[in-house]
Amino acid sequence: MFKHLGLKAQITNELTKIEQSDKLLLPGIGHFDTCMKNLNDSGLRGVVEKKVFKDKIPTLGICVGAQMMTYGSDEGQEKGLNWIEGKTIKFNSLNLPHLKIPHIGWGDISIVEPNVLFNDLPEPSRFYFAHSYHFELKNYSNIIATCNYGYNFHCAFQTENIFGVQFHPEKSHKFGMKVLANFAEMQI
Amino acid sequence: MKRIRIIPSLLLLKDGLYKTVRFNNPAYIGDPINVVKIFNEKGADEIVLLDIAATKENIQINFKKLSEIAGEAFMPMAYGGGIATYKDAQRIFDCGFEKVIINSAAEKSPSLITKIAKTYGSQSAVLSMDVKRDLFGRYRVYTRGGTKNTGLPPVEYAKKMELTGAGEIFLNAIHKDGTWNGYDIEIIKQVSKAVNIPVIASGGASGMDDFKKAIIDGGASAVAAASMFVYQKKGKGVLITFPTEELIL
Repeated sequence: MFKHLGLKAQITNELTKIEQSDKLLLPGIGHFDTCMKNLNDSGLRGVVEKKVFKDKIPTLGICVGAQMMTYGSDEGQEKGLNWIEGKTIKFNSLNLPHLKIPHIGWGDISIVEPNVLFNDLPEPSRFYFAHSYHFELKNYSNIIATCNYGYNFHCAFQTENIFGVQFHPEKSHKFGMKVLANFAEMQI
Repeated sequence: MKRIRIIPSLLLLKDGLYKTVRFNNPAYIGDPINVVKIFNEKGADEIVLLDIAATKENIQINFKKLSEIAGEAFMPMAYGGGIATYKDAQRIFDCGFEKVIINSAAEKSPSLITKIAKTYGSQSAVLSMDVKRDLFGRYRVYTRGGTKNTGLPPVEYAKKMELTGAGEIFLNAIHKDGTWNGYDIEIIKQVSKAVNIPVIASGGASGMDDFKKAIIDGGASAVAAASMFVYQKKGKGVLITFPTEELIL
């Protein structure tokens, strides 16, 4: 999708390449513990955190990538990155016996707070979701969008240069393409 | 009501896309990359790509081709066909697919699904079930591209597979494939009721009314169709289509 947008993007596990980047994207998909372990064992966490907190480059987490930014998840035991105040919880289906989990499919999002990530999005916008867990943020001021599946849940957040979305922009046609373009065009 | 999730399912045979009738007589549809590009334009919800020869004829999965196809898709894509090991599944994810669809291998070793779900999450492990109704009205699960009757009743099989960690069930009625005469609502209802994970109905769709029936009467969470998205009409030429937003809502 980045190629289609004429943007340069690369998948890397090389320290120097991360050091040189001016945007960072933490993608899905995966089990929370597996992803956290892989990141911790990669030896890259230091440089990633330096880029995020010292250089303050725009950073976007997608799906599990965004969940990893919370302090932990019901899905596993590993500690999260704790970049955003909140946790990742399993869909609460106690009062919703007919709710099928995982939530898979397209959802209309409600933008709570106008955000640079959502600039010029076609209305209404729909995005593709595929998850059993969702984040629950502590500070409502960080929430930028919600979605409804049985109940309203937080589906996008921002704190300073850190962004997270539960849906998959890379798989959400023109809507997702716009979000990725907005992210790529952000200035530090 | 909630938006219906509509999934074109495309059948891959070597390098081309084909369409079958009751799992037989594959007819050529077109080049997979072109077809995926058309579905991009039309905004399809999701695509299922199934290699119909991989398991049956023991052909190596064409990872290179798959990676080219997935790279063109601006929508979620699932792949099934010939995935026998965890390593195969890993390589499919590396090609850029969000989901893997497991059929024959799940019947042989259900732990494969568990392993995939543990690493990639349940939402990425789809259990595919091909079912056929016999002359006595009994439903049985088939594997190996519809060639092997396992003798297992679908409801019990679905329940067992839900426990392995599968995140979705792709339920395909062999006797309905390519017939355009509607889904087998009865089996959709039975399986959807029995499990708590989403069920995708497949086999026999000819239009929006069939979709609605599968969701409302059958309890399916999503619908898949092939013929109606690749042909103009029954018995007519190839035409790649997808319902417009207005029709879906």
